[in-house]
Amino acid sequence: MKIASGDDILITYALGSCVGTCLYDKTAKVIGLSHVLLSNSDLCSNDSNVYKYANTAIKELVRAMRVKGAAVHRMTAKIAGGAQMFTNNTLKVGERNIIAVVDELNILGIRIVASDVGENYGRTMECYANDGRVMIKSFTKGNQII
Amino acid sequence: MSANSINNIESLNEFQLDALREIGNIGAGNAATALATLLSDRVNMSVPVLNIMNVEDVTKVLGGPENPVVGILMTLSEDVKGVIMLVFEEKFLSVVIKTLLGQEIDSLNNLSEMDRSVFMEIGNIMSSTYLNALAAMTGLSIQISTPDICADMAGAIMSVPASIFGMTGDKVLMLQEDFIGEEHITSHLIMLPEIDSLNAILKSLGAE
Repeated sequence: MKIASGDDILITYALGSCVGTCLYDKTAKVIGLSHVLLSNSDLCSNDSNVYKYANTAIKELVRAMRVKGAAVHRMTAKIAGGAQMFTNNTLKVGERNIIAVVDELNILGIRIVASDVGENYGRTMECYANDGRVMIKSFTKGNQII
Repeated sequence: MSANSINNIESLNEFQLDALREIGNIGAGNAATALATLLSDRVNMSVPVLNIMNVEDVTKVLGGPENPVVGILMTLSEDVKGVIMLVFEEKFLSVVIKTLLGQEIDSLNNLSEMDRSVFMEIGNIMSSTYLNALAAMTGLSIQISTPDICADMAGAIMSVPASIFGMTGDKVLMLQEDFIGEEHITSHLIMLPEIDSLNAILKSLGAE
């Protein structure tokens, strides 16, 4: 999890089945980025790493951004990732991660303004603190701004 | 030495780690021979690397997260459960297709069905020879799934084993072996056993 402001850029590389969530407060110009591996901390009983799971990571990101002057009611979200990299993967980790992140954002009342999720390819996510722009880079689709 | 099985990967002692490195080394020797036979070329192997790492860091092991690679994923069942992967670097892919099919690959994005089945077959042969050696040394029965393929960023491919192992804990044990052929063509074999399977392997080697 990372937080930035000013002209900083936050990057998370090569999201596969993981989901990246970029939260932005346009007024405070505070941006935050979370990268979750799994949907729910109940999947693993002996792990206290809150950043790894959608149901704990997004709350933690919001909390840390508020400390930096952001307000929840001004935050918007852009999400990417959650791909199914291999065809036979019956666990559907990517799909579950997307659902869990969307649910969590709904609970927190944060609107999703853009997303590039699912399908079967890896994505790098670059988030710009000065205007909330998010660039998605992939081998399949090249670079695109969401 | 205790007769108890381990329940935490970090509690493996130096003797046990050495035993695991050694079986990895013997398995990899067989896999290297298989690859050399396929390519009719010389293949060098690295010293086996045994890493105990955070699950998230599994995505960072192969020359940077955005390194373009082909990953062949197979799952293991019966006495040894876990994941085995072959990861081929871009140059390896083009040399292999040129050697075996006499064709060029223009991009990882548009591999033909034939290219993909060649890579799956090489992954299958290398992992089977590796696991045959492991099974022969331990007397354990190991069943391997049909191979599955993905051409993309290394980090995105490795997120799949990371998420599988992320469900059971925050640490994984990873055995990694690099194979380097002529013209520096590189492939990697990665094995991630579940902790119960590690215990079974160590027990069979008298290293519990």
